[in-house]
Amino acid sequence: MTETMAHLSNNAMYAATIVYTLAMFCHVAEWALARSLPADAVADADAAALAAAAAPASAVAASAVVTSSPAAEAMSTGRPIVPPAAPRTRSAADDVERSDRYGRIGLSLTVLGVLIQAVGVISRGIAAQRVPWGNMYEFAITGSLAVAVAYLFLVRKYHVRWLGLPVTGFLVLVLGIAVIVLYRPISPLVPALHSYWLMIHVSSAAIAGGAFTVGAIASVLYLVRSRLEAKAAANPDLPRRGFLWRAPDAESIDRVAYRVHAFAFPLWTFAVLCGAIWAQYAWGRFWGWDPKEVWAFITWVAYAAYLHARATAGWQGRAAAYVALCGYATFLFNFVGINLFGSGFHTYSGM
Amino acid sequence: MRRQSERPSGVSRPDDFARTADDAYVVGEQQGGGPPDRRPLPPALRPIEFARWIWRQLTSMRTALVLLFLLALASIPGSLIPQTRISPSEVASFKQRHPDLVTLFDRLGLFNVYSSVWFGAIYLLLMISLLGCIVPRARVYARAARARPPKAPRRLDRLGAYETWTTDESASEVATRARGLLKSQRRRVDAYDVDGTQVVAAEKGYLREAGNLVFHLALLVVLVGVAVTGLYGFKGRVAVITGNSFQNALVSYDDFTPGSQFDIANLAPFTLTVDDFHVSWARSGVGRGTPTGFDADLTVTDHPGAQPYNYDLRVNHPLDVDGTSVFLIGHGYAPVVTVKDGDGNVAYSGPVIFLPQNSSFLSFGVIKAPDASPTQLGFQGYFFPTADICTGNVPCSTFPDADNPVLSLIAYSGNLGLDKGAAQSVYVLDTQDMKQIKTADGKPRALILSKGETADLGDGVGSIRFDGYERWAQLQVSRQPGKLVPLVGVLAAIAGLLGSLFVRPRRTWVRSRTDEAGRTVVEVAALDRVSGGDPKAHVAEVVARLRGPTGPDDADPQPRSQPKPEAREDEESST
Repeated sequence: MTETMAHLSNNAMYAATIVYTLAMFCHVAEWALARSLPADAVADADAAALAAAAAPASAVAASAVVTSSPAAEAMSTGRPIVPPAAPRTRSAADDVERSDRYGRIGLSLTVLGVLIQAVGVISRGIAAQRVPWGNMYEFAITGSLAVAVAYLFLVRKYHVRWLGLPVTGFLVLVLGIAVIVLYRPISPLVPALHSYWLMIHVSSAAIAGGAFTVGAIASVLYLVRSRLEAKAAANPDLPRRGFLWRAPDAESIDRVAYRVHAFAFPLWTFAVLCGAIWAQYAWGRFWGWDPKEVWAFITWVAYAAYLHARATAGWQGRAAAYVALCGYATFLFNFVGINLFGSGFHTYSGM
Repeated sequence: MRRQSERPSGVSRPDDFARTADDAYVVGEQQGGGPPDRRPLPPALRPIEFARWIWRQLTSMRTALVLLFLLALASIPGSLIPQTRISPSEVASFKQRHPDLVTLFDRLGLFNVYSSVWFGAIYLLLMISLLGCIVPRARVYARAARARPPKAPRRLDRLGAYETWTTDESASEVATRARGLLKSQRRRVDAYDVDGTQVVAAEKGYLREAGNLVFHLALLVVLVGVAVTGLYGFKGRVAVITGNSFQNALVSYDDFTPGSQFDIANLAPFTLTVDDFHVSWARSGVGRGTPTGFDADLTVTDHPGAQPYNYDLRVNHPLDVDGTSVFLIGHGYAPVVTVKDGDGNVAYSGPVIFLPQNSSFLSFGVIKAPDASPTQLGFQGYFFPTADICTGNVPCSTFPDADNPVLSLIAYSGNLGLDKGAAQSVYVLDTQDMKQIKTADGKPRALILSKGETADLGDGVGSIRFDGYERWAQLQVSRQPGKLVPLVGVLAAIAGLLGSLFVRPRRTWVRSRTDEAGRTVVEVAALDRVSGGDPKAHVAEVVARLRGPTGPDDADPQPRSQPKPEAREDEESST
């Protein structure tokens, strides 16, 4: 039973990595096909559907473009769609449709990948007869699952399919490293982890980490997009072509990034504070400036700075996004650097 | 959700409190009259003006940001350079490896980063900055929390969530029922009359800003609580070999860190004996060698004369004696040896604590026999719980349990240096005045001893026998009076943060007036102060409740609100 579950888990991880890779290729195609598309290009079917106003039948077609095009923007804000002034060539409309189709396939594959990965993580837990959070391999597979789930949640809530390429790329990278480099066979938990606090502390940290990751990716896209917008503002003749021009504007991306961070920050606070209470219970001190604790604190301070920066004149926008990325860098260093090279009480990497 | 960017002037109305944690400093800036460092400095500042200017600088958001960055940066060295408070032995070895850095690092406090002056300065400034922001903000909030809900805007129909209908009920009847309804939903309600138009204004969600304030104050409570707990408490460590006792007194500790206000006389006079120590490792399967559990059987006497009792001490299962806690934080091996000197007398006999070096419990230790004659004897080397020969013909330990215990030592004779005056660590052998025991051909001689074996050191220097081993338990003893304060602070901080995140301030208005035809036109509208809610659903509910009992007069002159699916999209655009 245990053996079967362990095998199932390992195979599911391989499968999830492959499915995410396919999803990533689809998103690459989505970007590539949109490379020469102007920002306002609309697929024929969508244009027709949109022109037909709020006819119920348009719901299916409209939902098809709901993430990436200005048409989708118009849809979601309820503003009437203005048909593109320039005559659209046949191939542009085709490319819109094809790009969008690949985007949808990529998203579907990501959903499939998440399901497979969830099976992998859960079966790993069943095989180990404990929560699958005992070493770095297990942290990596759980953490990347949190990233994927956070992304799908945001797709559902805020239509952020434009995050697809970087998110799937990240998932492939992390799962690949986990499967190839970090993999460790199932082993029992060290006694220090025998506590229900493990559930609370690690799950909140993992979910917060997943959200931080998606937030960081959104912040990077925001920086790229806002640079594009600044260039276009300086030079109005610049062609507005490519996938990034078809994504929501910089302000909308920034808003998504903020929401994700604002969700993750209290969770991270909770994880750190729970860790402190657990530390008091297990080791007899709330806070010992253990390297892991130090970097969790640094991450907390950096994200607190991000939230404050957004409310400070002169720090909004790009500067705040850079602060968020600094925060993510400290988070990553804590996960990778301290786990692998660090000392102290939190040495559970199993490496 | 962020509205401050639309109204950069900060808090413009006393009731404008629908803000979140991230703009906590706006009030401070507002009182300082905008971003302070943009203001040109007056040519000559009188002391009071200068003080005010400094205060404004300090409590500005910009300064808070800079301080946050500094705090993050200042924390880094402590995770890279060994810290005296965490691991004195690592600091000692670091100093040995980098003698040229010692003076500089000591002067900068880099071995004690988190208690250094500069680290303290940063967080003290941050706390002052925080207080300087929170206090005025709390005052604004106190005013806002007592204020009446804001008056209805003239054009309610311009709000996103809006419905209207006509009824035969009188305007004042509708107003009365609306008032009761909104009150029953625990909203703050204000009813007034403008030229015969009955208006009921309601507001909910005052807890958002309260949560924000509570969060920031709770952080202060946690910090102060932890600091005070540290001042009046202590922390100590001791390694106790199986069969030995520990008496809670200063001399018993290997390492003792009292708070500056801690009175040694307050040490609880308990005694404990480590009767036995159990440790188990996974013996097979993929996790072979992973510890699966360890615990110490203790006999505890709370105070002299008290009834002794047994306690099973485990990780995550500490012992509490009158507010002093005992934690099991580690364990290791203590090889038992008998050292005989050149005269044939027993110079040392008993267990010696060896420190585990890795997960296989390969342990390093030092044995000193100062009573040996004619010369003192010293040994240093490794204990292999399960000795084997690994690749490269290197001796190693292949399992953490003591399946094949082997002691491998290098012996020295001469002067141990214990009379030099300076305190000497029991884990370090000072070989300066000692001579290494060598083989006949002049190579260093390694004594490899299995259990029960004896090695003669030759030349009538003496001998050593490896009798066996004991286990030892690493105990941490600490007392943290008032640790409930930071715990309460933590709970309050989380509650406050959730409040500042999830409470959604919402304003609701119900306006009823009599039209030319003598019928009553009722309008209901709602406005959310932050995104994520569904004000349309709320309006629909209020409408349903207000119209419900009147039944038949459902002549609906205006379409009700737009179909539901748009609610979510509207939320997108309203932010």
